[in-house]
Amino acid sequence: MEALNDLKSKYLNAVSEAVDESALENLRIAAVGKKGEVSLKMRELGKMSPEERQTAGPALNALKDEINSALTAKKAALSDAALNERLQNEWLDVSMSGRPRRQGSLHPISQVTEEIVAIFASLGFSVAEGPQIENDYYNFDALNIAPEHPARQEHDTFYMHRDKEDERAPNVLRTHTSPVQIRYLEKNGAPCRIICPGRVYRADYDQTHTPMFHQYEGMCIDKDISMANLKWTLEEFCRAFFQVDNIELRFRASHFPFTEPSAEVDIRCSWAGGQLKIGEGDDWMEILGSGMVHPKVLHAGGIDTDIYQGFAFGMGIDRLAMLKYGIPDLRAFFDSDLRWLRHYGFASLDAPNLHNGISR
Amino acid sequence: MKFTLSWLKEHLKTDASLDDILYALTDLGLEVEDVVNPLDKLDDFTIGYVADAEKHPDADKLRVCKVNTDEGELQIICGAPNARKGIYVVVAKPGVYVPGLDITIGVGKIRGIESFGMMASEREMELSDEHDGIIELEGSPSIGSKFVDYLKKNKPETVDPIIEIAITPNRPDALGVRGIARDLAARGIGELINRDTEVEIDGKFSSKLKISIDQSTLNGCPLFVGRVIKGVKNGPSPNWLQTALRAIGLRPISLLVDITNYYTYDRNRPLHVFDMDKVSGNLRIHQAKGGETITALDDKEYVMQKDMMVISDDNGIESIAGIMGGLNTGCDENTVNVFVESAYWDPTKIAITGRKLKINSDARYRFERGVDPLFTISGCDHAVALIQKFGGGEASNLITAGSVPDVSRSYTLDTDRVESLVGMEISAKMQIKYLTDLGFIIKGDQAYVPSWRPDILGSADLVEEVARIASLTKLVGVPLPRLSDGVPKPILTPMQRREAMARRTIAALGYNECVTYSFIDRVSAELFGGGSDNVMIGNPISSEMSHMRPSLLPGLLQAAQRNQARGVMDMALFEVGPVFHGGEPEEQELLASGLLVGHTGPRDAYGVRRAVDAFDAKADAEAVLSAIGAPEKLMVLRGAKAWWHPGRSGKLSLGPKNIMCAFGELHPKVVEAFNIKGPAVAFAIHLENPPLPKKKTTTRAALKTSDLQTVDRDFAFVVDNSVEALTILNAAKGADKSLIFDAYVFDVFDGVKAEGQMGPEKKSVAFTVKLQPKETTLTDKEIEAVSEKIIEKVTKATGGALRG
Repeated sequence: MEALNDLKSKYLNAVSEAVDESALENLRIAAVGKKGEVSLKMRELGKMSPEERQTAGPALNALKDEINSALTAKKAALSDAALNERLQNEWLDVSMSGRPRRQGSLHPISQVTEEIVAIFASLGFSVAEGPQIENDYYNFDALNIAPEHPARQEHDTFYMHRDKEDERAPNVLRTHTSPVQIRYLEKNGAPCRIICPGRVYRADYDQTHTPMFHQYEGMCIDKDISMANLKWTLEEFCRAFFQVDNIELRFRASHFPFTEPSAEVDIRCSWAGGQLKIGEGDDWMEILGSGMVHPKVLHAGGIDTDIYQGFAFGMGIDRLAMLKYGIPDLRAFFDSDLRWLRHYGFASLDAPNLHNGISR
Repeated sequence: MKFTLSWLKEHLKTDASLDDILYALTDLGLEVEDVVNPLDKLDDFTIGYVADAEKHPDADKLRVCKVNTDEGELQIICGAPNARKGIYVVVAKPGVYVPGLDITIGVGKIRGIESFGMMASEREMELSDEHDGIIELEGSPSIGSKFVDYLKKNKPETVDPIIEIAITPNRPDALGVRGIARDLAARGIGELINRDTEVEIDGKFSSKLKISIDQSTLNGCPLFVGRVIKGVKNGPSPNWLQTALRAIGLRPISLLVDITNYYTYDRNRPLHVFDMDKVSGNLRIHQAKGGETITALDDKEYVMQKDMMVISDDNGIESIAGIMGGLNTGCDENTVNVFVESAYWDPTKIAITGRKLKINSDARYRFERGVDPLFTISGCDHAVALIQKFGGGEASNLITAGSVPDVSRSYTLDTDRVESLVGMEISAKMQIKYLTDLGFIIKGDQAYVPSWRPDILGSADLVEEVARIASLTKLVGVPLPRLSDGVPKPILTPMQRREAMARRTIAALGYNECVTYSFIDRVSAELFGGGSDNVMIGNPISSEMSHMRPSLLPGLLQAAQRNQARGVMDMALFEVGPVFHGGEPEEQELLASGLLVGHTGPRDAYGVRRAVDAFDAKADAEAVLSAIGAPEKLMVLRGAKAWWHPGRSGKLSLGPKNIMCAFGELHPKVVEAFNIKGPAVAFAIHLENPPLPKKKTTTRAALKTSDLQTVDRDFAFVVDNSVEALTILNAAKGADKSLIFDAYVFDVFDGVKAEGQMGPEKKSVAFTVKLQPKETTLTDKEIEAVSEKIIEKVTKATGGALRG
């Protein structure tokens, strides 16, 4: 047994002192390999008496296990040490920026248009569209704006060129989204609930006007629709759009050739400290024009006014975006300055909807 | 439209406060734009007392005054003849702005003696033209108190706010103060004062002057009347009239001119006065032949166009009918014999002429909106009476041509319908009262329209009148009924969803969305196949915005150029919007275009930065097409339009005709024309072209997968440079359509080095073919057989050879 203890301390010491995997392998062969010292001793078991064998056998097996365990443990320790040493040298300057990746954005007009669509969709309004080069009829006549009436002159209309020999009235760039009302009614009839967002054009360019801007038209035609319904609809829209509970709207009599009665709508707000707050304060800000659709307009759309009546309204999309998101200058909307697009833009996946909220 | 409160009160008896009046005006649809109190500018003037006044030692006409003020005794030098000891005066101390002089008073020396302020005359405070001396206040007002407080107490008539309202084009009647008063009276703000009694003009003679209207002009001028007045004195008009006109921004000129202006604003009745001594022969109303000229009262010469209505005498055209009189027959201070004209002109004809001649006169503004035809004769007589009252003279009998046009009409008042449209309870009784107060005559269910309301053209207009007077402010919202119970249905059309999907996909690919103008300059439009006359705007606001865009790319290129000018060289911009292939409504198309300029990103430490190329654009275009559900297998065609690089661009197409998109590098000349530091690559997707999906089910085709491992085999071919990857891959795939499920190029070796190895005009293309065994694992022999077939097919299709 003395010999076994010597053998044990010899190999365990050697294992603990081994410096690399090949030294360990040599030790394994020398100790528990086929011709290793421990293996040779085990072969000698056969020559022993049964009594001797009973003590020597387990002792040898235990020695073999112990050496094997030591070898495995040392091997793992060596490999950990090697990894640690390698990791010591593997170092990144993590303060460096990540690999460049472009970040896209959506224009505020697109985002706000989707916000408007989401709100009106919940009230059953669908989206209708129409051409931006319009003929005289849809932009004016069908909307009860007579050719030489001053109301038409107030539109600052862009006219398309016509060749001298072409006697048709020149087409126009639509001055409002209202022609879509007629086109929609002609095609789909009543009842209906639609909004019509899109580009419109007026020959005007200064601090607060651009020759192109965006509007949306809303129209609801049914058997028993009143101006009171219009007011409720607009109140609900403003509540949802501006995310303010205590919205207050004021209807003021006005005139639009395509509605009768007509009203301009003001919203209660405060400009205290140069900051717009909707729903509080003592100021009133005009936000839209509206009214009950004029019977002549309904007739132009082929609607029987003995059965149907309804309301329509129009609002500036760019203006709504400016008010809601505090964007100061309309002209910058169309300048495509990347600094502006990134600052006032919206994330590509951030589509507004009612369950997720429509404000960002 | 401007008027003063006192002018309004000439027509409206009311005790209502100014605020109540202003609120009612806006609420009635006569939106108040501005209220100016003329006394506001006098707020800093105070009352002083002249304690002593001595002659200036060096000036006979100047006095050195000691004036008691709220700041103690001030020494003020004054040149007014009435400056003397013991009077109460109005003082402007140093720092006070004097509106009548347009100066701010300072401390100054006058002939060597210091002066600390000024004592003011009425003119200096714009209270009147009075400038004979400084104001002397009556009584013993408190020294140092505000002069405006004194005025309010002692001369309340000077506290006369000027109100400016916006008039919608349907309300010509409100272009006269009386019309405004009538609206307010209907609202219950006071009572309309009856001033419509006919004036009796005592015609002393029948004038020799004859008026005729050409038969062809009767449509445009159904009625023309007037009176001659002999022996008028055309001096200054009375003070009240001058004050009234000055308050609304009109310069008093002479009695005759001021009276016509007065009726223009008071009753919306423009008039014209001819100097009879300058008129030769009779007056004839007719249409111009075209080419005649006239110098109008604004001193400008106008050339008449055919069919414009004019008034002529024997000398030719003397007046542009209903728009502006002529200089030749105008009145001046020497005028003694006049003809006062009052006519009814057709609004449309006036509008056309006014627009063509670009004359914006008060007369045009009113006639084109519509004046009260029934007031034509009365208007003339009112004015003649006033002229005679202040200028004397003898009036002739009325001279008439034509007849008063019949504008009488009535519409059905359906009081239930009114309530149903407005959504507010307004009793039938109140509806009738409102309309009656506005001048309508109600007989049964018919409402007869007053002659001054040309805008009332149907029952709907009655509804508006009732709602307006009842006040829409009182409206209370009523919920819109839901269309159906339960979860709302989706509302977007497939094309609208496609547009939104394209927009958000492109943004997700790292592009920044732009909204650029729909009109661009001609040169830019021409570079992209547009710029023809049929997409030209007839009245552009600038040459930069003259033509409707044929493509989104010029707008994006201009945007890129502006950003490069700001120092941003690399960018990804996109726009989703309409382009215009012609000038008709149906020639509009929805596109989605992206533009990549410069490099993939900023300079970086990782070496991933590179110039953008056509394949960036192609990948992005394919990602968008996939997102919007375009068919997967598209043809790749060459021959994109002229603004693309001829060799480095292509089109993705469904069949040879239906183009889904163009992509590639932009033509170097285009890039240069937009002054852009390239490269510039782009895609343009025709969003309306991919067919809409036909399937109605949401169920997808079953997924078939195999447990057997796929086998990859690589090949390299030496082919001519012109051989396209697609040709090689299609040939390879054709070798065994059931086994081969994919093939792609993983390496292209071309250029000088490659040609050095493989010969001129040659390149090597290496590709992988992926095989999917169906039932059992493939044997080496089977794989070998497929490989041979692939080599055979590719060799045949390309004329190339397997690379050894």
